[in-house]
Amino acid sequence: MNSIRVIIVLVGLLILWHFTVEITSVPSYILPGPLAVIQTLGNQFPTLIKHAGYTLTEILLGFAIGTLLGCGSALTLATAKPLRAWLTPVLVITQSLPVFALAPILVLWLGYGLPSKVAMAVLIIYFPITAAFYDGLRRTPKDWQALAQVMNASPLAFLIHVRIPLALPSLASGLRVAIATAPIGAIVGEWVGSSQGLGYLMLHANGRMQIDLMFAALSLLALMAVTLYLTTDHLLNRLLKRMSLDDLKT
Amino acid sequence: MQVHGQGGLPSKSEDIIIKNFSLTYENRQVFSDFSLNLHSGKWNVLLGRSGVGKSSLLKAIAGLLPTRLFEGYIKRKDGTDIDGQISWMTQDDLLLPWLSILDNVLIRNRLRSSRNSTPLIKKEDATDLLEQLGLGNSLGQKPDTLSGGMKQRTALARTLLENRPIVLLDEPFSALDAITRAEMQELTFKYLENKTVVMITHDPLEALRLAHFIFILTGPIVCKAKYFSPESSPIRNLNNPEVMNLYDELISELSMSKGGKI
Repeated sequence: MNSIRVIIVLVGLLILWHFTVEITSVPSYILPGPLAVIQTLGNQFPTLIKHAGYTLTEILLGFAIGTLLGCGSALTLATAKPLRAWLTPVLVITQSLPVFALAPILVLWLGYGLPSKVAMAVLIIYFPITAAFYDGLRRTPKDWQALAQVMNASPLAFLIHVRIPLALPSLASGLRVAIATAPIGAIVGEWVGSSQGLGYLMLHANGRMQIDLMFAALSLLALMAVTLYLTTDHLLNRLLKRMSLDDLKT
Repeated sequence: MQVHGQGGLPSKSEDIIIKNFSLTYENRQVFSDFSLNLHSGKWNVLLGRSGVGKSSLLKAIAGLLPTRLFEGYIKRKDGTDIDGQISWMTQDDLLLPWLSILDNVLIRNRLRSSRNSTPLIKKEDATDLLEQLGLGNSLGQKPDTLSGGMKQRTALARTLLENRPIVLLDEPFSALDAITRAEMQELTFKYLENKTVVMITHDPLEALRLAHFIFILTGPIVCKAKYFSPESSPIRNLNNPEVMNLYDELISELSMSKGGKI
């Protein structure tokens, strides 16, 4: 039912777009019609796919590394009290500094290639993951802490068997935000300096007035981002459901 | 019936002695120079209004309060520590939703530290106990498929399998419906026979049903507990005349007490 609704909305928007272009007769170098974009998608498919693959690699690498770093930081914050005072300012800085402002520096340091874009994506998702997971870890119910203490549980075993699983719904929220924002990091990185990727292709096409190619790249990016988000969301929901954590309030 | 200070039963070396217990919480004095003798092998019920400090006292006994918060002496009468001899049951069943009933009651095996000498709980023992508690057909089920009473029975099984001599009960039945509560009270009483039970509750009827000894904590600052020891032995029926008489008395004691907010 839901997917039918999505398709109806999408087709509706495409039709609206088509007729807006028809009626206002806006020049195609400002807004090409959907048919022209679809045609370009077909013609330039190999180029588009090549660049999309590059951007996808950046996003996925950034997501993986950012998740690892974020989870590591959250676990450190939750378990090592003395380090908390030192790590918190780092976290606040990564969050309050506009990451876009760092992009030129990252490109300068890490070069035009993959690493600077991955670093951008990592910087963007690091905070939401750390914050969400740490929040979940901090909220281990007091009664459970008491029970563990009375049982003489080992802190490590308690962390692994109780605290981390109970924090998974919170981590999942962080991961959803992360997969939705990671593409931003990758694209901004490509805009600042790159010779590959959909962000680069868009700039490149823009400079040559190939607005239909720009829109084709944008559509592909949108499709990729939505697919990534929906897949992640679906997998997370399945995991939480399997663990009967899906209706647990966090 | 005794309505006096501490007395009555001759004290045993396993009794738990609380002496000169003082506790200040967020600038409010909750206990001052409080002393109590908890009888071993019996049900000791601490009764008091919400916020009077029952939970804090129970936590202090369990060793869960940071020592900077309180002063005092909590040991066995013979001077030995009670650390590591306690199990703990709360209103919240604290079952882990991703584990089966059987794995939930065996959770201590996962949580124990490797250098700890606590023996592993045997799976057969756990299965036997769960069967006795009427959960034999639900061993593999997860908690969210069970009723409230079944979950609480699972929590009881987990507590019992700890096999510790002292059991602290933190209002374990207060979230249950009336019928389930009565069933759980009976089951718990039956299975905790001969253990030193310390239960806190704000319900005089629950206290009268289960307790060998009732201690009323009255605020705002708790200095001593009024002590009741009904003549009949628990579990008592609620139509027992002694229960009815004592009920009025407990209510009037409680209504004189002012519970603070904790």
